[in-house]
Amino acid sequence: MTQIMETETIEIKKANRIISILKFIKNNPTGIIGLLLVVTTIMCAIFAPYIAPYDPGAASLGHRLDLPKWLDDSGKSQYLLGGDQVGRDLLSRIIYGARISLLVGICGVFISLVLGTFLGIVSGYFGKWMDDLIMRLAEVQMGLPFILLAIVIMSVFGTGIEKIIIILGLTYWVSFARLIRGEILALKEQEYIQAAKAIGGTHFKIILKHILPNVASSILVLATMCIAEFILLEASLTFLGLGVEPTVPSWGGMLADSRNYMTSAWWISVFPGVAIMLTVLGFNLLGDWLRDRLDPNMKV
Amino acid sequence: MLSYILRRLSHTVLVIIAVSLIIFFAIRLTGDPVSIMFGAGEPSQQAVEELTAKLGLDKPVWEQYIIFMKDLVTLDFGTSYRSNSPVLGMLLERAWPTIALALGGMAVALLIAVPLGILSAIYKGKSIDVFSRIFSLLGISFPNFWLAFMLILIFAVQLKWLPVSGFDGFSSLILPSIALGLILSGILVRLIRTSMLEVLKMQYVTTARAKGIREWLVIIRHAFRNALLPTVTFVGLQFGGLLGGAVIVEQVFSWPGIGRLIVDSINQRDYPVVQGGVILLALIMILVNLIVDLCYSLINPKIRTGRGDN
Repeated sequence: MTQIMETETIEIKKANRIISILKFIKNNPTGIIGLLLVVTTIMCAIFAPYIAPYDPGAASLGHRLDLPKWLDDSGKSQYLLGGDQVGRDLLSRIIYGARISLLVGICGVFISLVLGTFLGIVSGYFGKWMDDLIMRLAEVQMGLPFILLAIVIMSVFGTGIEKIIIILGLTYWVSFARLIRGEILALKEQEYIQAAKAIGGTHFKIILKHILPNVASSILVLATMCIAEFILLEASLTFLGLGVEPTVPSWGGMLADSRNYMTSAWWISVFPGVAIMLTVLGFNLLGDWLRDRLDPNMKV
Repeated sequence: MLSYILRRLSHTVLVIIAVSLIIFFAIRLTGDPVSIMFGAGEPSQQAVEELTAKLGLDKPVWEQYIIFMKDLVTLDFGTSYRSNSPVLGMLLERAWPTIALALGGMAVALLIAVPLGILSAIYKGKSIDVFSRIFSLLGISFPNFWLAFMLILIFAVQLKWLPVSGFDGFSSLILPSIALGLILSGILVRLIRTSMLEVLKMQYVTTARAKGIREWLVIIRHAFRNALLPTVTFVGLQFGGLLGGAVIVEQVFSWPGIGRLIVDSINQRDYPVVQGGVILLALIMILVNLIVDLCYSLINPKIRTGRGDN
């Protein structure tokens, strides 16, 4: 008897858990869609060699500008999303392209996050001339149209993933620094920070234990949105021929190549763009949802 | 007020000096214009030296910078290495298409964002609000050059309604403006919605309603006009982004604007044109922000004094 009751309660518990998960999904559709899109892209990037049906670099002139398989009645095409201008599989190249976009997005944001957090803390917590200096620097940075600065710098140092990551990282610290500075200025006068100071907490300890945890959620939201923006900027620069090397399969580069074939082979210029859009949308949805959950004050 | 303007102008000068320093030295690292100008030919040592001296590139870099800044103060942007014509003239000629594009993009953005933002604030939580949220998230997720592609593919290649590229009358302005404006409208919709929601809670809106004024008049006259304030500042701040976006959209549509001139000039190592172009764009951006801030402070006296006078 007790045996049966025990299994029953376990069953009910299981069912309850499933119901609560379903409820969560139903109540947070945008967050779930965003998460799914982001996870899919990350999976594509990590497992590209296993997922991609063909070698992304293998040109085959016989399959030049092949139609997508499902549109091709002659049965010649074997590529799901069609072939590009030198007969490579478009789908495989898009899957490999996820690597570049994510690498640039995540590494770039990491650099600007670390730099911005550091400068924001210095600026907001210590203030005085350092604050003035850092804020003037931020103003100069904001006065420059980013894309032009990037064009000039990329043409100085040449194309390359690492260069684009560094440029994005070094120019976008401003948003992080401003956010953190603002939050610190508001937090600094709070009683618990004053109390922590009064009982002899060091600057380092106060920042680490009392200030950073308070700004963490805002930083997370900004970072998620920033990844989306970096992916867009990398694609734009690569499209202009000033981003990632043309030999590497990247979404922006594929779109740049597609320009001359727009009228004859629309699929080359459509699918890589869809990949960019869905990935960026994923990060934006996720960021939007995180903001709603974590930070009701920041809700836009 | 005067001290506020003066302080802002002094900031502007500092920013321009910083921008000019960065661009001046960065462009000089991209390569030697003289060797590019001789192209594939094999010039004599003497010819190279003569040309270098003629362009003023034989002097130390610092001296070149000082000369450049001295000329800049008198609005002399130098002469182009390639075409030998004054840079300022070249820039102004190319400025109009870019300004037309930026204004067109802004117009598209406002035409979409204002009604959609207002409606989604009034019908908060209803289907139009959900639609506007999806629209705005989609808007900020589109790469603008790809949007430009798709517009060309649909409206120029397939339907043949509008020209593929070029700068020829109003019809050629439509597609580039949409490509540029749609993305901005994504951000604007959310902003207008938020500020409308805040304003609609205000007592003067309730008062206006209590007086029996028709609802649409309350929305337009009493609410929207006040919700416009944060929108105006934001539009000013976004102007830089708009110019940056224009640089890319210009490439796709072969638009004869400043952005394309600068990109071409970087490739040809035409230093004076690049420097002049970037400085001019930075100047436009800063001036737009300054004008927006001034308008804002005229409307809202609270911020007129700035933090220094508090």
